[in-house]
Amino acid sequence: MDKKTTMPINLTINGKPVSAPEGSTILEAARGAGIRIPTLCHHPDLTNVGACRLCVVTVEKARGLQTACTTPAAGGMVVNTESQEARETRRFVLEMLLSDHPNECMVCETNGDCELQDLAYEYEVPWPAAGATHHKYEVDTDPNPFVAIDRNKCIVCGRCVRACDEIQNREVWNFANRGFKTRLVAGADQPMLEARCESCGQCVAYCPVGALYDKMSVGVARANKVEKVRTVCSYCGVGCSFDLNVRDDRVVRVTSTAKAPVNGMALCVKGRYGYDYVHHTDRLTKPLVRRDLLSSSTSDERRSGRSSDLVEVDWDTALNLVARKLTDIKSSHGGDAIAFFASAKCTNEENYLFNKFTRQVLGTNNIDHCARL
Amino acid sequence: MTNSIRDITEESRSIFIIGSNTTEQHPVIGIKVRRARRRRGARLIVADPRRIDIANYADLHLRHKPGSDIALLNGLMHVIVREGLQDQKFIDGRTEGFDELRTVIGKYDPKVAGRITGVAPGDIEKAAVMLAENRPGTLLYAMGITQHTSGVPNVMSCANLQLLLGNLGVPGGGVNPLRGQNNVQGACDMGGLPVFFPGYQKVTDPKAREKFEKAWGVPLPDQAGLTLVEMVKAAGQGKIKGLFIVGENPMTSDPDLNHVRQALEKCEFLVVQEIFLSETARMADVVFPAASFAEKDGTFTNTERRVQRIRRAVSSPGEAKPDSWIMAELAKRMMALGVATCDAAAPYHSWDYVQPPQVLIEINSLTPSYAGIEWARLEGGQSLQWPVPNRDHPGTPILHTEKFTRGKGRFVAVDHTPPAELPDEQYPLILTTGRVIYHWHGGEMTHRARNLQAMCPEALVEVHPKDAARAGIGDGKPIKVASRRGEITAKAQVTDRVEPGLIFANFHFAESAANFLTNPALDPEAKIPEFKVCAVRIEKG
Repeated sequence: MDKKTTMPINLTINGKPVSAPEGSTILEAARGAGIRIPTLCHHPDLTNVGACRLCVVTVEKARGLQTACTTPAAGGMVVNTESQEARETRRFVLEMLLSDHPNECMVCETNGDCELQDLAYEYEVPWPAAGATHHKYEVDTDPNPFVAIDRNKCIVCGRCVRACDEIQNREVWNFANRGFKTRLVAGADQPMLEARCESCGQCVAYCPVGALYDKMSVGVARANKVEKVRTVCSYCGVGCSFDLNVRDDRVVRVTSTAKAPVNGMALCVKGRYGYDYVHHTDRLTKPLVRRDLLSSSTSDERRSGRSSDLVEVDWDTALNLVARKLTDIKSSHGGDAIAFFASAKCTNEENYLFNKFTRQVLGTNNIDHCARL
Repeated sequence: MTNSIRDITEESRSIFIIGSNTTEQHPVIGIKVRRARRRRGARLIVADPRRIDIANYADLHLRHKPGSDIALLNGLMHVIVREGLQDQKFIDGRTEGFDELRTVIGKYDPKVAGRITGVAPGDIEKAAVMLAENRPGTLLYAMGITQHTSGVPNVMSCANLQLLLGNLGVPGGGVNPLRGQNNVQGACDMGGLPVFFPGYQKVTDPKAREKFEKAWGVPLPDQAGLTLVEMVKAAGQGKIKGLFIVGENPMTSDPDLNHVRQALEKCEFLVVQEIFLSETARMADVVFPAASFAEKDGTFTNTERRVQRIRRAVSSPGEAKPDSWIMAELAKRMMALGVATCDAAAPYHSWDYVQPPQVLIEINSLTPSYAGIEWARLEGGQSLQWPVPNRDHPGTPILHTEKFTRGKGRFVAVDHTPPAELPDEQYPLILTTGRVIYHWHGGEMTHRARNLQAMCPEALVEVHPKDAARAGIGDGKPIKVASRRGEITAKAQVTDRVEPGLIFANFHFAESAANFLTNPALDPEAKIPEFKVCAVRIEKG
């Protein structure tokens, strides 16, 4: 938005005087004043296209209903977001959407986290009687291992198309055909990965319904069954934050949040889909010690090539052994005979302790980590 | 980074990427660069020997030879000064050493620079003018600049360019290294370095030492310690007898792996604290099972110096414990054995920690740049960019706005020096190394992330079609790569992402890790190994 904006716009929405920055749309002016206007194709991160017609409002002296997401707010404008005409139109739009939507909320991944479901509920739209023409697309046909697609549930809002274009800047998604035949396709109707998809999952994050969903979380991660814990990614140094979705003490999904200070809704393939190592069966679960160290743990005899096995022991045994061994090395050879590799994977607090341990306890400055590698 | 990530999206009128495969290694910064280019029309120049993804979005792609960064940067500066496009006001007011720089870059006219770098002189001219005409501009770099025997001069050369253009201390400018690991910035900030206490207070500075001696209640060593590659070498020589490794896998990530193996075998006592039984952990005498990031509380610091909270979401498997618990338990036991004698009156002598917030209080009081980064502020939803000198300070998104740490910004004129090992008859190709988007470093995590592994299940070596044809190697067929230090077999990816004479390999796969081949030659000051250039030969695998 233009930074030189100085003059606010004053208008009236639902009888309430509202002031908004110059360049605002009616939708932005209303939301800024805490007045809700329903939307489906709109997302604050994306450009507005006015496609879904859910945000229609009555504007005095204007002919017909206006789409709040694309109509600029103007001084003196008198807007009614809840006029009978607007509400009836929204209800009609929702009925139309449901008439070609599978009645599958019971088994849908996005049940409880679906903008269409919420609006159908709010506007008390009954399920349309049978008989309407339904699309019958095959579900989840794309080999991408992260992103699943169910075109039967697609409401053609284009949020995925714009997210890929405007956030990820990759232009994988697009619509083929027109009218009832409009169909979401990757590239020239190719598999996603052949259409340059980077598997970032931005399209899933912006999908308001269950048309695009996370394959790795199917059957386990519906919104009302998970607890979300805000944290920071364990891979690169960009510092993206996201929500670990936890169910039964397991991470079952990663979802992005507009509140993330660095990345907003954006994540990469590792951040969004690379979490399952946390629960891998290879995780170490017990301290391990060479068998021969247990029998002659005070001996200084050098073993050749660590030939004995690593065996599981309890923490006390392992900690006492290491404490004694490091203390011995320090007393016979000095602290500088010991070196410490700190870790760029550990927290600040832990790294502070590594530094304190090395300098205060071991008495050496031999501490480094992989900053150079 | 001297500046913030948001500057790239919002402010920079030009973006110069050198030695960073941004969209694959820092993907979310990569998409911000693409967005700035596509939606805001920022000019984008990418200098990289390979045709990496972000180069496809660039206004100009300068494919300079590996190890010729200084010649390229000096060439750009030569043109800028020749055309009088430098920011003379900034140079006069805020810098020193310009005359010396002018003398050195005087030697690098585009023809000379072109000869060394292999870049067309006309492109050097174009790039220089584009950077000068589109200010403020940001410069992004990563290991492609630092992992050279000339790593430090390379960084100085980047800084020279930005000083020359007045691109420092302003929104949208900056010398911006993209840090690799999630908390490599924090590990550096917290004293995980041989010369620094937390907050870059030098161990050789008597005042700093006294401060920490008083806090911890022990006398402290006054000599800088060994760097990582030096530690491994000293272990091989029997000088280091005890090695304690946390969350790192030098058996894939260090140069010259055959040598690393010998050194770790020789070391008398090896402790590894890990979440998986890595190649390095397999060699240990004792392995401590640690908690992953999802199982603990604390803070990470990102590449733009932003400190953010991480939160415990799940329990650790079995008896795995957070690293902080392990360190405190070990320290207490060693103190009981009399390893050091502490002054009990010292405020932070003890290891009786209960939770991470307690450690952060200690950090706040001993680390001036973290003084105001208090737990309660982070819990309240703030994320703060250091320096944060006190609890009311809002943080510092842009460094050096008024003056530089040393006062005036100093141009340090540097000359091109060739890499330590260049191709010859026996080893006629250059190998450069890096990572791919689906894997992370030694692969300990991503090999165990099912679908990331499925996307990229094995090591690929990029070879130009001409070199592949000469060696009779087909796309997708086995390739054997040998250097003076070792050899690996992997699958060939025949592609013009690399130019003839250059091959690229990653180090994600232990069995065919590029680091069996790489040269442990170090930058003399930063002690960083020259991962980005060594001489190799290839044949059918």
